[in-house]
Amino acid sequence: MNRLEELFQRKKEKILNVYCTAGFPELDSTLTVMKALQDNGADIIELGMPYSDPLADGPVIQASGTRALQNGMTIEKLFAQLQDCRKEIYIPIILMGYMNPVLQYGFERFCQHAAAIPVDGLILPDLPEHEFETEYGPIIKRYGLDFIFLVTPETSEERIKKLDELSTGFLYAVSSSSTTGKQQDFDAVEKYLQRLQGMNLKNPVLVGFGIKDKQSFETACKHASGAIIGTAYIKNIESAQDIKAGTKAFLQPIIG
Amino acid sequence: MINIVTPNNKGTYKQPDIFGYYGSFGGAYIPEMLHSNVEELKEKYLQIMYEESFQKEFQHLLHDYAGRPTPLFLAERLSKQFNTKIYLKREDLNHTGAHKINNAIGQVLLALRLGKKRIIAETGAGQHGVATATVCALKGLECIVYMGEVDMERQQPNVARMRMLGATVLPATSGSKTLKDATNEAIRDWINNPNDTHYVIGSVVGPHPYPDMVARFQSVISEEMKKQLKEKEGTELPDYVVACVGGGSNAAGAFYHFLDDPKVQLVAVEAAGCGINSGMSAATTQLGKPGVLHGSKSLVMQTPDGQVVEPHSISAGLDYPGIGPLHAHLYESGRAKFLSATDKESLDAAFNLTKMEGIIPALESAHALAALKQMKLKPTDVTILCLSGRGDKDLATYMKAMESNQ
Repeated sequence: MNRLEELFQRKKEKILNVYCTAGFPELDSTLTVMKALQDNGADIIELGMPYSDPLADGPVIQASGTRALQNGMTIEKLFAQLQDCRKEIYIPIILMGYMNPVLQYGFERFCQHAAAIPVDGLILPDLPEHEFETEYGPIIKRYGLDFIFLVTPETSEERIKKLDELSTGFLYAVSSSSTTGKQQDFDAVEKYLQRLQGMNLKNPVLVGFGIKDKQSFETACKHASGAIIGTAYIKNIESAQDIKAGTKAFLQPIIG
Repeated sequence: MINIVTPNNKGTYKQPDIFGYYGSFGGAYIPEMLHSNVEELKEKYLQIMYEESFQKEFQHLLHDYAGRPTPLFLAERLSKQFNTKIYLKREDLNHTGAHKINNAIGQVLLALRLGKKRIIAETGAGQHGVATATVCALKGLECIVYMGEVDMERQQPNVARMRMLGATVLPATSGSKTLKDATNEAIRDWINNPNDTHYVIGSVVGPHPYPDMVARFQSVISEEMKKQLKEKEGTELPDYVVACVGGGSNAAGAFYHFLDDPKVQLVAVEAAGCGINSGMSAATTQLGKPGVLHGSKSLVMQTPDGQVVEPHSISAGLDYPGIGPLHAHLYESGRAKFLSATDKESLDAAFNLTKMEGIIPALESAHALAALKQMKLKPTDVTILCLSGRGDKDLATYMKAMESNQ
């Protein structure tokens, strides 16, 4: 049983997944951020691998990626930073990124190195399910990594079922069909989540995009196992003088 | 009229397989947020494009509005200069000054039939933006054009044209602030507006079905070439077809109906910028590696870490770090020969055509003209060169070149 499965078996509600960009705000702050998240109540760490053309991200996360790239961040350096992280970080780690840098690193080599950390799961939003099924999924599985698909309010019921079937770990429900960081209409979000809740899915559902404070977190958690915070946290540590204190001040009111 | 070709499992040069692949390139590498939009298009594009009422309106607008068919002109003095026979396909004579209008008309008509109310587009030099804004004005549709902040600065007349046509021009301020980033912003807009918006991509790039759809809308170029050459030379098939390639829409249109005739040699000309190995180039087949950009797998100019790099070309229309998957396949399979021309060679070729034939070409098309020198053409060879656009938009660059030559 990997850390994700263990987590979802132990905790059924209010699971908090926090996204941060690797190599942001400083090249060497990745582990400091991860430690601060773990110490302040995050259940899962989603580490973003910066990319020059991040289509599924909003401006705040893209800017953090641009800064990380300027800091000199690469996948190579990320694995070096993570090499000994399991001495301190015991919660699940998910790597989120885009296909192109992973293809250049070598897809199998990437999975092999991720599994060696060990990382628990992958999110690659621009890996389509056809290519996943025929080419990349078997490699991901061979290295024991979970793979998480996204669903949106526009995703048909039939397709949600298929993506749920293909996903392991959890299913990532985008709370509105929009890039990260946008304001949401929470009535519409609730209806969509209720629909997902009624579908008897195999995987737990985590809600992403637009979660920024206690109220939005609680709303998302009403009809799902938990939620993902990205943009709001990036904004927070971008301006924080002290990552540990900033993370604490940001997360305490949300989980408290 | 083109016959409906239904995609099958194999794929050919003319059409990708059902997953959008030309050989190993293509596909639809898109986040789930785009899936419903792209799927709708994939389900309906062929059916709509070949409906009788659609074809009637499309052909009517190509004829009466864009001014098609464009002439196939025997460039006699240019031919004499190269001791061969060169025809120019005059796409520069289209309304709005380039081949881009063919695709803009097609996609806007398609968007109307999909019930879309809002049109978005990306543009580099502004030609595709102007073409899209033009057709939107004609049809009374809202039009938003994303353009890199840097490009808005260097292509101000086209920004003004788009605004006069009623379009909203929004600057892309992320990344390198050029075409690649404008494309990212347009895709984000589409993600945020999944129901009422159609994204008019300007080249044979993007997720399936865009490369195929745009190639089909542009294929009118080679359809006319065949007919016109038959009248002039008694044969439909030239020895060479030459076209410049950025993303590759005019080349796709110029090659399309010759793809299955191996007798016709296809020549694609990329922008070498300051030289292939200068670090200031846009010759994707020479400098790129297989990768994923803007929703399809193709050749992409990138760092060893897989970050997409900013290319360089004097021509904004060729200043793109990728190439359409069809062209990547034509390159890999050897069906087309890929040449390149530098900024300097292209400027010289533009001045040469102006002097010899009284035609001021777009800087993009000047790259195709510059490649003629490299081709060792025989006196008996018949070549068609796709003159994709006119040079009005490049006057500032041409004036600068004249000043520095004095």
